[in-house]
Amino acid sequence: MGLRNTWRKLVNLVMFSLTGVCALVTVGVLFFILGYLLWYGGTSFSWTFLTHLPTPVGEPGGGMANAIVGSAKLLFLASAFGIPIGFLGGVYLAEFGGQTFSFVIRYTADLLNGVPSIVMGIFAFAIVVLPMKHFSTLAGSLALGVMMIPIAVRSTEEALRTVPLMLREGALALGASKWKTIATVAVPAARKGIITGIVLDIARVAGETAPLLFTAFSNRFWSPGWNQPTASLPVMVYTYAISAYDDWHRQAWAAGLVLLSLVLVANVVARLSFSRGSTR
Amino acid sequence: MAADDVKLRVSGLDFFYGPKQALFDIGVQILTNRITALIGPSGCGKSTFLRTLNRMYETLPHARAEGEILFDNEDLLAMDPVALRRRVGMVFQRPNPFPKSIFDNIAYGLRVNGTYRGAALHEKVEKSLRRAALWDEVKDSLHKSAYALSGGQQQRLCIARALAVDPEVLLLDEPCSALDPIATAKIEELLFSIQDQCTQVIVTHNMQQAARVADFTGFFLLGKLIEFNKTEVIFKTPAKKETEDYITGRFG
Amino acid sequence: MAGVPIPSGHAAAKRRVPALIQGLRSGDTFAHLLTLLCAASILLVTVALVHQLYVNSVLPRHKFGFEFLTGRTWDPVSGDFGALPFIYGTVVTSALALLIAVPLGVGAAIFLSELAPPRISNAMTFVIELLAAVPSVIYGLLGIFIMVPFLRQYGEPFLKRTLGFLPLFQGRMYGVGMLAAGLVLAIMVVPFIISISREVLIAVPVEQREAALALGATKWESTWQVVVPYARIGIMASIFLALARALGETMAVTMVIGNDPKISSSLFAPGYSIAAVIANEFTEATGDLYLQSLVELGLVLFALTIVINGLARIFIITTTQKGSAH
Repeated sequence: MGLRNTWRKLVNLVMFSLTGVCALVTVGVLFFILGYLLWYGGTSFSWTFLTHLPTPVGEPGGGMANAIVGSAKLLFLASAFGIPIGFLGGVYLAEFGGQTFSFVIRYTADLLNGVPSIVMGIFAFAIVVLPMKHFSTLAGSLALGVMMIPIAVRSTEEALRTVPLMLREGALALGASKWKTIATVAVPAARKGIITGIVLDIARVAGETAPLLFTAFSNRFWSPGWNQPTASLPVMVYTYAISAYDDWHRQAWAAGLVLLSLVLVANVVARLSFSRGSTR
Repeated sequence: MAADDVKLRVSGLDFFYGPKQALFDIGVQILTNRITALIGPSGCGKSTFLRTLNRMYETLPHARAEGEILFDNEDLLAMDPVALRRRVGMVFQRPNPFPKSIFDNIAYGLRVNGTYRGAALHEKVEKSLRRAALWDEVKDSLHKSAYALSGGQQQRLCIARALAVDPEVLLLDEPCSALDPIATAKIEELLFSIQDQCTQVIVTHNMQQAARVADFTGFFLLGKLIEFNKTEVIFKTPAKKETEDYITGRFG
Repeated sequence: MAGVPIPSGHAAAKRRVPALIQGLRSGDTFAHLLTLLCAASILLVTVALVHQLYVNSVLPRHKFGFEFLTGRTWDPVSGDFGALPFIYGTVVTSALALLIAVPLGVGAAIFLSELAPPRISNAMTFVIELLAAVPSVIYGLLGIFIMVPFLRQYGEPFLKRTLGFLPLFQGRMYGVGMLAAGLVLAIMVVPFIISISREVLIAVPVEQREAALALGATKWESTWQVVVPYARIGIMASIFLALARALGETMAVTMVIGNDPKISSSLFAPGYSIAAVIANEFTEATGDLYLQSLVELGLVLFALTIVINGLARIFIITTTQKGSAH
């Protein structure tokens, strides 16, 4: 009996240690990624990188100013329609929705979230690029914006659901109409969660590359207006990384660093500021 | 009370949840193969005390017990907790069968502690279920999920599960509080029937239950053991005023 | 209030009309309608998406029918398009990813829910969830410049020496290939498994653990034999979600898989996944058949992920509704 118990204790110790190793490995990977990126990206980073256009293929030097601006434009337009639609949809689910219809919307939104982003790219290609017969910022924004909608719907809904009924009833009891109650009481009360959701939403699509590959495509120069193909940070990282030039590899690291920094900072700030007290 | 009749000898037991003291200088002798009931108002420490007897409090990070508990003259607080819990079993307030079949629930303790052999295992499971007066009701559905049973049946299953490993002591923490009167009566019958097979300590907020079932009763109040004696004495001629006040319903 | 007649028919209609006018005046009806439309846009987008995928893949569907899924050649020159190499690559890399990520993820989740003190658990989970936010292309970057050379120089030769008797670890070692893709995918999906599994494990009632301990089980026995089975449905859901994610991953995969539409029994060999070939060849597809074959691949991928995600969501809904894994 003593031997068996010793064995069981040993198993206890070994198995739990293994689980600790698993956790450490996973956490370690993130620090590894950050470390490498900081190192390689940091050493290739420069003011030129931020302000110059790419040089002709094969020539060293140059920067990715157009990609940074391009990403900004894409995100701006995508958010311009993705966020409001998603936000209002979330308001519907939380404030107006009927049982079955809401369930269907919620379920479909979650499914849509899981659709690979490259399929969204095909969608935007079919709707915008084919009729226009060329790539454009507009097409890229459509792909990204459509991805933003389901995320915004769910995060807005969840944020609004945390607002207690009592608050709303207070306003209604004073004679406020339903939409006024929502706009002046519920939404402000939930604003932290809503904003967090929006920030995370933008950060999520900021890093998307696949849907841009055949919608916004790429551009070695500035892309004025919305009708022309445009460079974007993620696509540049990709193009430069798979190229044959060392100088481009270095620039890919720098671009990756910029991209990752923006995404991580947005995530950390958003999650920390939205401290719900008891995290799970 | 002859010395070798004492199963658990508690002296000077203090218990702390972090900085807060929950039990004060508890001293009591639990006799072998008798049923001892612990009564008292909510939050008086009776459950806390029960859980020191199988060191279940060790799952909480800041809980600690100081003092002495002798289990057959062994230092309970220093023993290997895993070995201790094989000898001191526990039944909880709400039935908590595992998400397994009825058979596997009973067999769990046996398998984990090594009494593993095929046909012998089956025999042990049957024996436990018979002891819990559950065998006839479940013998044809041993491989069905335990959740298919009613609340009362699930609790008897949990008792059978605890009995399967032949514990010397069985701790019951308000085992009937989630059950209807009929299920309660069946369980009390069960406890009677296994009286001479193991020592039982039962926490109950139902005084009538204590009066029905227990040989000895202890009255807890605000973390102290106010009085401990034969059940008859506690209920008919309590020595302390607080005991009398509680029994007669003046508080609690 | 007994005795009050329930409004019906004409009387009720008269009462309802003022309510409607009130709604219009106060703007509530408008708000209701507007938000409803926005919510319905989800359905609209989904329908439009399926429609576009379907309509733009008509040529290969008519030409190849179901043999599109079983065809082994992908030859744009001769116009012969078969999806099998991509389905194979997608399935193999995802399976490999799960093989690594599931034990790693469930193990870490167990540690975080059962062993780690709450503050450390929350801090580590925070970090792990940040991993989920790292863009795919960044994983690809690290894949190309760190993992692939490592595999080519050390990893694959080591595997060949030790396990080379298996056809899985034979052949030329390029570094890029299905092994590299599987490894990168594993790292990418592990945060999902950890995050969800940890939550369902924490939700297992304390009484279950206590019941096992009270029978004399060790903490590990209680965890592995009682707590984890109790949470098994939620854990399975997390695995399904991870699978769906792995199937659709594009950038990181296309950067390290080697992009060769061949079916090989060795993990060292370059392969191709559905998402990767779409990413690579879409802009260079000449001719409608070529382009539409890529769209059909997109349709296949879409269908796969919808089914797997759909199932996973159902698991999650049933678990959280009943509060237990039964």
